[in-house]
Amino acid sequence: MSDAHSRIGDIVNNNDIVLFMKGTPLFPQCGFSNLATRILEHLGVDYESVDVLQDMEIRQGIKSFSDWPTIPQLYVKGEFVGGSDIMKEMYEAGELHQLMADVGIAPKG
Amino acid sequence: MAMAAEDIEALIRAALPDAQVTITDLAGDGDHYAAHVVSAAFAGKPRVAQHKLVYEALGGRMGGVLHALQLTTAVPN
Repeated sequence: MSDAHSRIGDIVNNNDIVLFMKGTPLFPQCGFSNLATRILEHLGVDYESVDVLQDMEIRQGIKSFSDWPTIPQLYVKGEFVGGSDIMKEMYEAGELHQLMADVGIAPKG
Repeated sequence: MAMAAEDIEALIRAALPDAQVTITDLAGDGDHYAAHVVSAAFAGKPRVAQHKLVYEALGGRMGGVLHALQLTTAVPN
């Protein structure tokens, strides 16, 4: 396992919800990353974000780690959920709410 | 870098011959697309696996030449 993969493995295993994105939730640098943060905010859950633009090793490594070509990427409880298209479809179908409930993540009060 | 809508459709149909592919040029600039792909190959597969089939069809272009492709997938009715 490469260094990047072991770093990413630590991040996704040590945080319940992780969004790998371009920019930050306050200043997203890409429309797809912006959409992903808005969905998580609508869900009302706490999440960790990783700005891949600040870390070339993670920016490249996350693509092979997840076998997924684009960013953003959402992980919940160490499992890859998808990118912004899948997040949107799941959100609209109520599946993202269900996923959070299934893994025991409650909206912040 | 941009890619023509018909080239995107041709790549998808080469890998998924039964696919119905609808491509929308979102910004009219030949660079920001939405693709809706309907194929029996998606049956029984989770969304991540469905999208990966399309990304594989695009042969590494996703995230490169094609940086702005919104994708939705479905199984035929």
